[in-house]
Amino acid sequence: MIFFLLVGLSVDFVYFGAFTPGGPRFPIATVSALMFALTLTLTAFGFGGNLILGAVGAEGLDIKIPEHRELHNVVTEMALASGCPMPKVHVVYDPAPNAFATGRDEKSSAICVTTGLLALLDREETQGVVAHEMAHIKNRDTLVMMLVSVLLGGVALLSDWAQRSFLRSRHGRRDGGNLILVIPALLLIMLSPLISRMLAMAVSRQREYLADATAVEFTRNPLALAKGLEKLRDANMPFQKASRGTAHLFIVSPFHRGVDERDGKLADLLGTHPPINRRILLLYQMAGLRPGSQEFRDSSAQTAPLAAR
Amino acid sequence: MTWVFWGIILVFAGWVIWTYNGLVALKNQLQNAWKQIDVQLKRRYDLIPNLVETVKGYMKHEQDTLQKVVDARSKAMASTGIKESAEAESALSQSLGKIFLLMENYPELKANQNVLQLQEELTTTENQIAFSRQYYNDLVMRFNMKQEVFPSNMIASFFRFQPGEFFDVADAEKIAPRVNLTLPA
Repeated sequence: MIFFLLVGLSVDFVYFGAFTPGGPRFPIATVSALMFALTLTLTAFGFGGNLILGAVGAEGLDIKIPEHRELHNVVTEMALASGCPMPKVHVVYDPAPNAFATGRDEKSSAICVTTGLLALLDREETQGVVAHEMAHIKNRDTLVMMLVSVLLGGVALLSDWAQRSFLRSRHGRRDGGNLILVIPALLLIMLSPLISRMLAMAVSRQREYLADATAVEFTRNPLALAKGLEKLRDANMPFQKASRGTAHLFIVSPFHRGVDERDGKLADLLGTHPPINRRILLLYQMAGLRPGSQEFRDSSAQTAPLAAR
Repeated sequence: MTWVFWGIILVFAGWVIWTYNGLVALKNQLQNAWKQIDVQLKRRYDLIPNLVETVKGYMKHEQDTLQKVVDARSKAMASTGIKESAEAESALSQSLGKIFLLMENYPELKANQNVLQLQEELTTTENQIAFSRQYYNDLVMRFNMKQEVFPSNMIASFFRFQPGEFFDVADAEKIAPRVNLTLPA
């Protein structure tokens, strides 16, 4: 979305000279680019579910295989627990363990699980993962993230407009005293796309925590999801066919994580998913186990360095 | 000045309608969820005879436990009334659990594909019953909360909404309360 807006703005500025005193007042290219980008975003939201399923190579279940039958049963159970209609269930033949949910609302939703995940997790843990995906569907997270991306585009548009109006006004004025106020304001405007991107990622991370909590509300079993996430963390296999736009739909981040994972501030601010250790910690707390207590040490196989935040 | 007055009246009426519709929606969802539990229970009746037949050859020493399951199933199917059927279903769940436990002692059973398939089907049926009840109870909680919270409690009492009853299986020791699940028409 931002790409189209910037293209539109460049066209306006260069060809039409829209924001200079001599050119037309109405930024035609920007507005048409905006309309085009909006249409594209809404279409992606409406029909994107099927596109993503096609992109990753999702296939239907084979009920002769016991694990697929088990997956279908688990999804049925979670649909009952959440009160949502039964989503379509797909499998991806990929060793990277991961799962995602798509669909614009409850009635046209789909859940997709990789065969790697089916092999790695047992029934209880798969139930936790499926509950997390049902939670994304129930909380309408695809809608939320679409609105966030639209707002991101709007912020980029406004910031660019503001920058150009600054440049325009400086042609006419030679006021030295204003400069002190202008520079921080200009800095803020130039940084606003970056800041709004960080905010969008913050929204994505909070929705992930919410999905974890809603999953526990469905299963009433936080330890199962915690153990599932531990196994997924230890597997540490990136899912090749995910793109930046679809990454937020997966249960664990599909991108490659560094071997010595430092919980650096910058990496966390730009991540679609919260640090997985913190998610596991919160789930253990939901189960009433305090980290550092003996039950916690017994329950958790490996407590990696936990970022206390 | 009069249009301010009418505006306030309109907003108030809108709020009344919105709250009333929310309560009606919850009440209907509650009735639906209650009926859905029955659907899950019926599934179980069909699966149990298959399980008993399949394991009877292997588990020769557990005949009386198997018989208990068959009897519990007949009793559950024949029971009428909410309290009686809830108790019968609970007894059936317990006897099924015993069979699953006993099956652990027979390694040949675990190698049999039919048995594993049946076990998975029964496991998922038990889970579906449990999750249907959980969803029903969650709806009861939300419905009752909406009737007690201010300001929607005023609407609820004005239109005479009744609180829902939680699904509760009476223990052997507890004196079972009369479970009245008649919801207003």
